[in-house]
Amino acid sequence: MSRHHESSGQEDSAARISFTIDGETCAAIAGQTIMEAADGAGVYIPRLCDEEGLDPQGSCRVCTVKVNGRPVASCVHPVGAGDVVENDTAEIRGWRRDLVRMLFHEGNHLCPICEASGRCELQAMGHRFETFEADLFPYLQPVRPVDASHPDIMLDTNRCIRCGRCIRASRDLDGKHVFGYVGRGINKRVGVNGIDLSHTDIDLDDMAAALETCPVGCIIRKRLGFFSPIGRRLFDMTPPGTAIQKRKGNSK
Amino acid sequence: MKRIATVSLAGCFGCHMSLLDIDERIIDLMKLVEFDRTPLNDLKSFTRRCDIGLIEGSCCNEENVATLREFRRQCDTLVGVGQCAIMGGLPVMRNAIMHSDDPLLECLEEAYLNSRLVYNPTNDMPNDPALPLLLDKVYICSQVVKIDYVIPGCPPSGDLLWSVLTALINGTPITTPPGGVKYD
Repeated sequence: MSRHHESSGQEDSAARISFTIDGETCAAIAGQTIMEAADGAGVYIPRLCDEEGLDPQGSCRVCTVKVNGRPVASCVHPVGAGDVVENDTAEIRGWRRDLVRMLFHEGNHLCPICEASGRCELQAMGHRFETFEADLFPYLQPVRPVDASHPDIMLDTNRCIRCGRCIRASRDLDGKHVFGYVGRGINKRVGVNGIDLSHTDIDLDDMAAALETCPVGCIIRKRLGFFSPIGRRLFDMTPPGTAIQKRKGNSK
Repeated sequence: MKRIATVSLAGCFGCHMSLLDIDERIIDLMKLVEFDRTPLNDLKSFTRRCDIGLIEGSCCNEENVATLREFRRQCDTLVGVGQCAIMGGLPVMRNAIMHSDDPLLECLEEAYLNSRLVYNPTNDMPNDPALPLLLDKVYICSQVVKIDYVIPGCPPSGDLLWSVLTALINGTPITTPPGGVKYD
């Protein structure tokens, strides 16, 4: 599946269709996913496991929307002519909030001590879907290893949400297959292709090690921690979706 | 008039400092509430039942647990304030060494004997009978008692504390200042 959020509306030969998101009519090209079409129209759908430039995977379900009354993952569901999509409703926000909270409870996400704080997409989703109700779920507090064997890159798997973005970036963009899924169910985790990270082909120029690939603080570049002060970090200035929402004015 | 009690368990008092960040609104707050047991007025025990209890920090020793249970008995609504009360915060990092056979001993030895930054020529570890016993691991408030509301942040900003507190006091829906919720 081709993935170019930017290219919508360029090709004359493609069949143009229209659909609605939260009552607003949007244009799309047949074959686009709902998320691609919404991105093009300047409507932000929150997401964690999807990133521009990577194949969609549909595993985090934070991008769940209702299409004609049925919940689907918008990053993998193709848009159809005349589809009625619900995105920013109280019900769907509730689902997304619970999904994000479960991720917080499943790993060890200690924002006050994490160097990804302020540029962490999981944290940004937590801020977006904030609630003041007390915890619904227990904290699992798993004990997971830290792999600091590589001279430039470190893995703190306590913070991994298994979005698979590093797997897809390494496989599809770097052509290296450094990361891969291991195990099943609650034991599923991201493993490296070697006894530890220093025995893999990864290096600092890889997209898999790029700052924007890991949405949390699991893949860390050494000697770079806390490089911008609180208040001027990426998501302090521009929370996720800011760029997409800016397209709205331009497309009209 | 509503009565409020506050306490800092395994916390750093940062959330209490943040409560003072509401600045001159504290005069408005004093018109709405009366403070019962709280470090702000140095009352060490409850004088009567309270409407709202603010809990900062989680439970790392037996005294924290006893205090938290006392707050649950004495307060109608318990509010966990800050990341320590919600998910353990910095103290809960201790739970990450649970792979050890004797995690508490390993933790104490690292803190008082083995760390390269420690100067401890007598090799003593704190062992006074007056000290509350440490728990085997850090327990989050919601693992000990029922918590009704949480205010996230490290610490929550004065504005956020003000808007949530006034909503709870007046019984109105909680509305937050834009960008007011931060986990750090």
